[in-house]
Amino acid sequence: MSRARADEEEYWHSSKFRAFTFDDEDDELSQLKESKRAVNSLRDIVDDDDDDLERVSWSGEPVGSISWSIKETASSSTSSLESRDSSLQKGSSSYAAFPKQVSSYSLSSLFKGRNRLPSFQSLSDALSDTGVKNYAPELRRPKAEYKDYSSDWSPKDTVRRMQRGKICSLERFRSLQDKLVLLDEAVAGHDGNVITAVLIFLKRTLRREILFRELEVRQVALCHLIHFLKETGEQKLLLDLLRFLDRTEEVALSQYREHLNIQDVEKRREFLKGCIGLPFSAEDTSHIQDHYTLLERQIIIEANDRHLEMAGQSEIFRKYPRKASILNMPLVTTLFYSCFYHYTEAEGTFSSPTNLKKTFKIPDKQYVLTALAARAKLRAWDDVDALFTTKNWLGYTKKKAPIGFHRVVEILQRNNAPVQVLQEYVRLVEDVETRLNLATKYKCHDVVIETYRDLKDRIQLTAYKCKVERGSAEEEKINSVLNNTVRNTCFFFRNLIRNGCRLGVRAWLSNILFVLAGKLILHLELHSV
Amino acid sequence: MAAHLSSGRVNLTALREAGRRELREFLDKCAGSKEHEVEKMFTLKPGRLPQADVKNIIFFVRPKLELMDIITDNVLREDRGRSPQRDFHILFVPRRSLLCEQWLKEQGVLGSFIHREQYSLDLIPFDGDLLSMESESAFKECYLESDQTSLYHAAKGLMTLQALYGTIPQIFGKGECARHVANMMIRMKREFPGSQNSIFPVFDTLLLLDRNVDLLTPLATQLTYEGLIDEIYGIQNTYVKLPPEKFAPKKQGEGGKDLPTEPKKLQLNSAEELYAEIRDKNFNAVGSVLSKKAKIISAAFEERHHAKTVGEIKQFVSQLPHMQAARSSLANHTSIAELIKDITTSEDFFDNLTVEQEFMSGIDTDKVNNYIEDCIAQKHPLIKILRLVCLQSVCNSGLKQKVLDHYKREILQTYGYEHVLTLNNLEKAGLLKPQTSGRNNYPTIRKTLRLWMDDVNEQNPNDISYVYSGYAPLSVRLAQLLARPGWRSIEEVLKMLPGPHFEERQQLPTGLQKKRQHGENRVTLVFFLGGVTYAEIAALRFLSQMEDGGTEYVIATTKLINGTSWIKSLMEKLEPAPF
Repeated sequence: MSRARADEEEYWHSSKFRAFTFDDEDDELSQLKESKRAVNSLRDIVDDDDDDLERVSWSGEPVGSISWSIKETASSSTSSLESRDSSLQKGSSSYAAFPKQVSSYSLSSLFKGRNRLPSFQSLSDALSDTGVKNYAPELRRPKAEYKDYSSDWSPKDTVRRMQRGKICSLERFRSLQDKLVLLDEAVAGHDGNVITAVLIFLKRTLRREILFRELEVRQVALCHLIHFLKETGEQKLLLDLLRFLDRTEEVALSQYREHLNIQDVEKRREFLKGCIGLPFSAEDTSHIQDHYTLLERQIIIEANDRHLEMAGQSEIFRKYPRKASILNMPLVTTLFYSCFYHYTEAEGTFSSPTNLKKTFKIPDKQYVLTALAARAKLRAWDDVDALFTTKNWLGYTKKKAPIGFHRVVEILQRNNAPVQVLQEYVRLVEDVETRLNLATKYKCHDVVIETYRDLKDRIQLTAYKCKVERGSAEEEKINSVLNNTVRNTCFFFRNLIRNGCRLGVRAWLSNILFVLAGKLILHLELHSV
Repeated sequence: MAAHLSSGRVNLTALREAGRRELREFLDKCAGSKEHEVEKMFTLKPGRLPQADVKNIIFFVRPKLELMDIITDNVLREDRGRSPQRDFHILFVPRRSLLCEQWLKEQGVLGSFIHREQYSLDLIPFDGDLLSMESESAFKECYLESDQTSLYHAAKGLMTLQALYGTIPQIFGKGECARHVANMMIRMKREFPGSQNSIFPVFDTLLLLDRNVDLLTPLATQLTYEGLIDEIYGIQNTYVKLPPEKFAPKKQGEGGKDLPTEPKKLQLNSAEELYAEIRDKNFNAVGSVLSKKAKIISAAFEERHHAKTVGEIKQFVSQLPHMQAARSSLANHTSIAELIKDITTSEDFFDNLTVEQEFMSGIDTDKVNNYIEDCIAQKHPLIKILRLVCLQSVCNSGLKQKVLDHYKREILQTYGYEHVLTLNNLEKAGLLKPQTSGRNNYPTIRKTLRLWMDDVNEQNPNDISYVYSGYAPLSVRLAQLLARPGWRSIEEVLKMLPGPHFEERQQLPTGLQKKRQHGENRVTLVFFLGGVTYAEIAALRFLSQMEDGGTEYVIATTKLINGTSWIKSLMEKLEPAPF
């Protein structure tokens, strides 16, 4: 049986014919309708509860299911007994009689454009990209199915039936008023599935301006439609809707999002260019502008560099062939790339790091970090050195790092910088404790020794002796420092006195000194003053 | 097989059975017989369906458009000429979707399905006290797209629960979505007389909580054992996949023989005795338990030397299977603990945690944070950055415009401008925003609800704050304060949190009204709309076990989440780079 049905279905799929479209005024149905009405009114007399059939199929599921067990546990009021019976029947006998033809008619009535109303047809054509004409035509339902197909359902009932996963014809809601009541009912039910189904129906049968106008005062429904349009990719309608609502920023973002679907870089660039004028928030505008500019740059750089690489003339490309193209990479990655391959270029070229820095207003910190990483990777220690050397107006050079020298050390270390290079920067770390830690960690013995010497920490220095190699220059250095402590102490006190003099406590200090260090020191002190 | 579901205060096996029954019926219908031997199960993926000599193929899917595309592809590639031809069926979980069916129709394959039905599995029992809808997009749908379908399903799930476990007499809630769910429940009850049932209520109270009432908690790194497993390896439907190296079988004589390359897959739930004991502990307290267990087990194995009589030996042997299971469980968790320890003792984990804790205790939340800047510069994973920046924003009731702009610029420059879309999503969800009111409410909330505890005892906790080593999850604090002394005492703070708070009562027939025995605990169902973390669950379990607590908790949620999976669900799906 199912095979036959499938064939039938296939026929309709492949056929150019328009099948019979379900209509309310159908003869057979109107008869049924009458009898249904009679039954319904009868029930109204029997009990004044909601429509009973309603309850019957609240579950719509066969006996024993979750929803059935709900009923099973229900109090045994007459109404629920009744409902159980009918759901039992549904589950067994009716199933055998017409095996789920339900499935074959489900959505056509809901979603199909109606031929009879040419204006609607053309509208839905215009609105949807998918071509309504391809929809499978209606199948004529077996008679028995009409039972489920009464056109009497109130908007409320219709919504509730749909919530149960049943299919209802919405075509009979013709007036705007009816449609809106239906929509409001759907919204009140909170079931997004139903809300969306009703919206699809409205979208197809209402003029765009009317739909928009009515949705504007129905925020929940509006959100669902927007979500639906996003999901199904009906970009044009979505943008129209957002524009109508004056949600300009969303329009902009939504349009901008489209660029992700464009693979071709040239096209993508063109598209981004078009995005610049969109009404983004002030800060986003500058980001989008930057995005465009960046891609534009990348295209130029990519073309140039591919050429260079192919020609095999440029040493840097020969030595370090590019692993990937620079297209669509983030700004910082691009900067790294340009610091790697185009470091020495003059500011005038698009690929030079300084040009990038200027164009995108890259903060100093960010720039230095990236340049450092790139040059360290190439082991261009001179460049690294230059990066932190500043000259003041007198021509004196000074080392300065906007990121802190401890970070410099870490980055260099990650790039396997030799100890000689490393210790130069460890030495520049201001905080003594950090400096000691880094120096110890990376075995910059000289720095450790010097720091302990400056701290006058004999104990630590002695202890450090075991960390350096026997008979090495470092060990010698430690020994000489330890031996020179007396002299150093002497310097130390001399310094103290000097400072003391400046503070005007010379006499006091020299007294103490006398006690402490004897005549020699006093002599020195007098000498120096 | 599912004994752990009945271990809790509420026997969730009943729910499981109802679910199984419904599935069996669908299978009956498809197969047309009483035998439903499932030949093979395949993961849905595009392309030709795998060969299998079967009559029926059932697609068991969530109603999502992208899945419909895969199914379409499968169906279109099916060899029409093959015999016997295979029948297709589709089963939507938890609801049939008109949208999806329309989609299938547009692709011209709708007619290929003989049965199209729904399987209303709303709440899935995960453990004796835990139910999840496993709807990962629920938060996004509710707060970004204003699509309340998942709330409708939550309400339906609650109706099913009430049908099985009785009407819940008291409903409390906080938040917009909570209000919606309560409304729907009341409406469904009115419209469906069957819900007026005669079952003695198992739950005393239902507490509905919006995730956006407490945006902070999921952003922080969970520090319970289970929470950390989830943070680091991600627990999927109670299963976790772990790097295999630590699980290599150690056999004497063949050391270093080929290591397994497949990830080790383990199921994690209370069916495993040891896991039930340690999962909710702070990770710092797990090591001592494990070593204690190790001693006990090795002592038990030593017993064999003392077994002299046949009776004793027999008794020992009869215990052997249990002991061996305990030993392998212990070995597994020791390995997992080692894996986690490698990470928690790393410098970066420590730095990250320090910054989190500073924010949560209100230190320096109003300026650009050095650590975050450093992480951006080193291109740490974007989600990590977003978690931290959002945490800072939430702990400061929004960031100063200048600080926010700075972070945004750094993120876009480093990770790509297209992330402007994600940043906008986060802003819409309230996770990342400029401080508009000019007033920071967080300190007041923190102090009133005692969200930050300086003296935290990780080994023998006396407060829920142990789950984050200092921070007491706001959501759970609300549940705790509701039980005692009641929300009236915190009206002021409740008003500062988003959304309404409310109380509803559902009338019970007189015969069903509960007369509480002396000393009997109340049972509260806490429903987290928008997701819950394992640490929050741990905190609620801790409250259940408190001797003078008076309340036991069952937890339901739309999805089990952690900060990473949560932020990910809010990120714009970006096309993979074209190379």
